[in-house]
Amino acid sequence: MRYLPLTDADRREMLARIGAKSMDDLFADVPEAARLKSLVDLPRHKGELEVERIMGAMAARNMTASSVPFFVGAGAYKHHVPSSVDHIIQRSEFLTSYTPYQPEIAQGTLQYLFEFQTQVALLTGMEVANASLYDGSTGTAEAVLMASRITRRNRAVLSGTLHPHYAAVVETVCAAAGMEIVTLPARPLSREDFATLVDDKTACVVVQNPDVFGSVRDLSPIADIVHGKGALMIAAFTEVVSLGAVTPPGHMGADIVVGEGQSIGVGLNFGGPYVGLFAAKQQYLRQMPGRLCGETVDADGRRGYVLTLSTREQHIRREKATSNICTNSGLMSLAFTIHMSLLGERGFTRLAALNHEAACALASRLEKVPGVELVTPHFFNEFTLRLPRPAHEVVHALAGKGVLGGVPGARLWPGEKAVENLLVVAATEVNTETDRVKYEAALTEVLS
Amino acid sequence: MSETRFTEQHEWVRIENGVATVGITRYAAEQLGDVVYVELPAIGKKVEAEKEAAVVESVKAASEVYAPLSGEVVATNDALSADPAKVNADPEGEGWFMKIRLVNPGDAQKLMTRDAYDAFVKGL
Amino acid sequence: MMNREGRATTPGNAARPDAFQTHSGHRALVQEEPLIFELGRPGKIGVDLPEPKGTQSRLGNTARRGFIGLPDLSEPEVVRHYVRLSQKNFSIDTGMFPLGSCTMKHNPRLNEKMARLPGFADIHPLQPQETVPGAFEVMDELARWLKVLTGMPAVAMSPKAGAHGELCGLMAIKAAIEARGEKRTRILVPESAHGTNPATAALIGFTVDSIPATPRGRVDLAAMKAKLGPDVAAVMVTNPNTCGLFENEVREIADAIHGVGGYFYCDGANYNAIVGRVRPGDLGIDAMHINLHKTFSTPHGGGGPGAGPVVFSDALAPFVPLPYVVSEAGGHRLVEHASEDPAAKPFGRMVAFHGQMGMFTRALTYMFSHGADGLRQVAEDAVLNANYILASLKDVYNAPFAASGPCMHEALFDDTAFEGVTTLDIAKALIDEGFHPMTVYFPLVVHGAMLVEPTETESKETLDVFIASMRGLAEDARAGKVERFKGAPFLAPRARLDETAAARKPVLRWEPPKRAEAAE
Repeated sequence: MRYLPLTDADRREMLARIGAKSMDDLFADVPEAARLKSLVDLPRHKGELEVERIMGAMAARNMTASSVPFFVGAGAYKHHVPSSVDHIIQRSEFLTSYTPYQPEIAQGTLQYLFEFQTQVALLTGMEVANASLYDGSTGTAEAVLMASRITRRNRAVLSGTLHPHYAAVVETVCAAAGMEIVTLPARPLSREDFATLVDDKTACVVVQNPDVFGSVRDLSPIADIVHGKGALMIAAFTEVVSLGAVTPPGHMGADIVVGEGQSIGVGLNFGGPYVGLFAAKQQYLRQMPGRLCGETVDADGRRGYVLTLSTREQHIRREKATSNICTNSGLMSLAFTIHMSLLGERGFTRLAALNHEAACALASRLEKVPGVELVTPHFFNEFTLRLPRPAHEVVHALAGKGVLGGVPGARLWPGEKAVENLLVVAATEVNTETDRVKYEAALTEVLS
Repeated sequence: MSETRFTEQHEWVRIENGVATVGITRYAAEQLGDVVYVELPAIGKKVEAEKEAAVVESVKAASEVYAPLSGEVVATNDALSADPAKVNADPEGEGWFMKIRLVNPGDAQKLMTRDAYDAFVKGL
Repeated sequence: MMNREGRATTPGNAARPDAFQTHSGHRALVQEEPLIFELGRPGKIGVDLPEPKGTQSRLGNTARRGFIGLPDLSEPEVVRHYVRLSQKNFSIDTGMFPLGSCTMKHNPRLNEKMARLPGFADIHPLQPQETVPGAFEVMDELARWLKVLTGMPAVAMSPKAGAHGELCGLMAIKAAIEARGEKRTRILVPESAHGTNPATAALIGFTVDSIPATPRGRVDLAAMKAKLGPDVAAVMVTNPNTCGLFENEVREIADAIHGVGGYFYCDGANYNAIVGRVRPGDLGIDAMHINLHKTFSTPHGGGGPGAGPVVFSDALAPFVPLPYVVSEAGGHRLVEHASEDPAAKPFGRMVAFHGQMGMFTRALTYMFSHGADGLRQVAEDAVLNANYILASLKDVYNAPFAASGPCMHEALFDDTAFEGVTTLDIAKALIDEGFHPMTVYFPLVVHGAMLVEPTETESKETLDVFIASMRGLAEDARAGKVERFKGAPFLAPRARLDETAAARKPVLRWEPPKRAEAAE
C-alpha cells in the first residue's frame, strides 16, 4: 500500500523489540467480543488511477458554476480567485502544518494570521479581529453568546433579513445554551421596530448588511436604538466583497461584526470549508471566541508572533472557556489573506465596484421582464425579484435551460407563502454581458 | 495592625478596622508563573467566603481567587490591570487584589497563621 | 595562454564565527520578511481587473467613504512574501511530527487533486438539487463508509470540526432526553479528557462532573459508578484515551451509563488507532465524532479547516440535525427543513449549508485508496510504531503507564527522570534535532506529560533516528548539560518567544507608524 512505509520485515523486527508475538497482543485491551477477526464489508485498496475514475465520475454529474450563466448567492458567491492563491496554500509548509503551538517553527502561519487579523479589522472598521472561525453562520452564534457574556443578558433578537441558515444555527446553539432567541419574520425591506422589540433582558440584536435579500442600509439608527437599551448590535454579512463599496459595520455602530469570508480566496466548495470573520471593539477583547495571534519578541529581541490570550480557550479554561472552539479555518484564512494582498486597496475597491455594476446591469435587464418586480431598490451585488409565480418552479425551469438563476424563497424559507414568489439573484465580476442576455431571454421565456 | 492569615487556596488576608486586604501568596504566584491578567470584582460586590471573587491568569493557566471571608468589596487594586507583574514582584504587598469590608472580622481566626500555612505548603 | 579563472574548490579552513551577522539580515535560505503592510506601495496592483464603467450607483446612502488601508503590491511580491513565510514553518512533508492526539500523518496529494475537481469545488450549496446529484452521492458514500467502519446506523455530516461534532453529539443527547420528558443536568467527564469535552458540555448548560483516573491510566469505573444517578445525561469518554490507552472496561462503562438511562458519548479523536479493527458500535457507544482531519488525513492546514461528522446509535438517530441526505428510489435528496421529513426529529441546524464538502471529497478519496484492508493496516501500523517508540525509550524516559501493557497509537512519557530539565526543554531541544515536538503537558493527569504519536506513515528508518535523538537528549539531560536545553531552539527561525509580553500588552494587528499618521 503506497502510503504505508513499513515492510513485513520491519513489522516482525519491531514486534520483537516490543516483545509481542503478534499484532493481536497489542490490541489485548480490546474486549474479545469487539475484536474484528476479518475485514469490514468494504472494497479493497485501489491505485490512484482507479480512485480518480470513481471520483471523476461523481464530479462529472454536477453542473459547475463556471459552465453556465451563474447567479446563485444567498451566502456563498462565485468569484474569480487568482492562480497564485491555490498554488501557495498547497505548499507543504502551509498545507501539512499544525496549529502554531510551537511558535519558533511556525512563524509562517503566525505571521499570516497576524496579517489576516489586521485585514479583517480594517475591512470591518473594527478594532480587533480573531484568527478566524469555522464560517459566518457558526460565527454568528458565537457572537450572540459573546454578547450574552458581556451584557449578562439572556435574550437575542434576530432580524428577519438575517440569512435563515444563520438564524437557524443561532436558534439551535444559543437556545441550547439557555438563551431566548426571537427571530422576526422574513420580509424584504421590513421596518423592524427594535425600539419595542429590545427590552432590558436583551443582550443583542443581529442584523445583516447587505441582508439576505441583498438590501443595503445604514445601520446607525438601529445601533442608536439598541445601545439606548444597553444591548449590543451584532452586524453580520455573507458577502465580504461588499466591504469594498459599502460603509463597514464598524462605522455604523456595530459592537461585534461577523461574516463569511468565502468570496475572497476560497471558492464555492458546495458549502465548505469556508472562513468565518470575527471582529469586535477592543473593550470586548477578553470575551472573544477563537484563536488570537499577537506580536512579541524572541529571546534575541527579534520580532515574532505567538498565539496569545489563550486562557479564554477550551484547552486551558475547559468548562469556563469562552467557546468550545478548537480548530479555526487556518488554510482558508491563508487563502483569504493572499487573495486580499493581491487585490490591495485598489484591487479590492475595484472588484467591489465591478460587482456592483454587474448587479446593476443585471437588475436593469431583469426588472424589464414582464411580470417581474425588483423588490430591493438599494443593493450591492445581490437583489430580490418578485415573480408572478413560485420562484422555485422558475428556478427549476431556468436550470433546464442551462441558467442557474438564483435562490428561490422556498429554498430558504420552506412553507413561507409570503416569500414563495421571491427570487434572490446574485451577480459578480465573473458574469459576462452574454450571461446576462441569456438570463434575460430565459426568464422571459419561462414566464411567458 | 493585624497579623497576616492564609487559606488553603493560597490567598492571604490582612485585617485593619474590619476591612480585609486580600491577595495571593508568594507560593501561588510562583506556581502560576508570570501573571498577565487580573480580573477584579466590582466595588460594592458582595462576596462570600470560599466563593470566587477574582481571576488571575498567566500565559498557560487561569485560576479563581476565592474570597477568604464574607463581606463587601470596598476597593480593588486597579494598578494591576496596567501592571499585572506586580503580583509576581510583590505578591503580599503591591500585588494585593481587593479590600473587603467583613461581615464577621472574627472569622479570620479560623484561617491559618503564617507558620501553619508554611507547613501546609511544605506538605504539598 | 594561461587561464586566470582558477578558484578554490575545497572549503578551505577560514574561521566560521558563531555569531555571524549578514548585511541583509537574511540567513541564506531563511529570509527575514516584513509584514505585508510594510511592503505595499501605492501604484502597484496584483490583479488586472477591467476599469469600472461608472454606472449610476444603487447603493443608496451606504457608499463607503475614505480608504480601507490595505497595502498595494504586485503579484511577484505577494508570491515571494508568502513563500518566504512558508519556509518558516515545520510541516509533515518536511519532517516527523509526533504530536500526540493530533495525528499528523501524511496527506496524500491525490486527495487535494480530487477535491479540486470543478465538479466538487465549483458548485454552489444552494443550486437546484437536480443539478448536483454527484455531490449528494459523495456525501452518501462517505456516510456509508463511516457507518460500516464504526458499526453505527446513522451519521450527522455537517459538523465543521471535532469540537463542533461534540456539540452535535451532546445536542442530540439533550434532544433525546427531552423527548423522553426528562431533565438531566450532569455530564461525567474523565480528568484526562480534551478541554473541548468540558467546554462543550458547559456551553449547552450541563454541569461537568470530573471522574478520576486509575493508576493504570484508565477511567476509574468504581468512581464513575459512584457518581451515576438519574440526573446524569451522559458520560464522555475518549477511547482510545488521551493517555494512549484503550479503555478495557469500555463495555462496563457503557452498561453502567445505560443502566441509569444516560448516553455514552465517545470522543473519537483517537479513532485512527482502531479503524478497521474495532467498531465503536460493538462497544455500546451512542454517539462519536470522527475527526476527518485525523483518522482520514484531510490536511490540518496550520489549524483547520477540520470536519467532524458524528455517528449515532439507533437511540439517537432520529435527532440527527439538518440538513442530511436521504437515499430514495429516484436517487439522493437533501432534507433541509423539518417539514420535508415528517418521521424525523432533527434537533436543529449546526451550520449554514451542508458541511465540509471539501473535506468529504478528500476523506472519501483516502478511504477508496486504502480500502478495508489498508485502513485496518493503518490502525495496526500506527499502534506498532507507537509501541516501538515506547519499547525503545522507556528505559531512559519515565513512561507512567508502560507497566500496564502496550499502548495504542501514542506513547506517553514524562520528565520525572530528570533534574533541571523539563518537558518544555526537551520539546524545544527536539526542534533543533529537526523534529516537531511531541504534545506537551497534556493529558493533565500526568505532570510534565510528553505524548508521542508517530502515526503509521513514518518509516522504521525515521523512527530510529527519532529514537536516537530522544535517547541522546535523555543522556544530555542526565549529564546535566542544561545549557543545551535552556536556550533551545538555537537553530530555528526564531528563539523562544516572549509569551508573557504578548499577553500583558496584546498587539493583535499592525498599525501604521506614528510618523505617517502625523503626515496625513
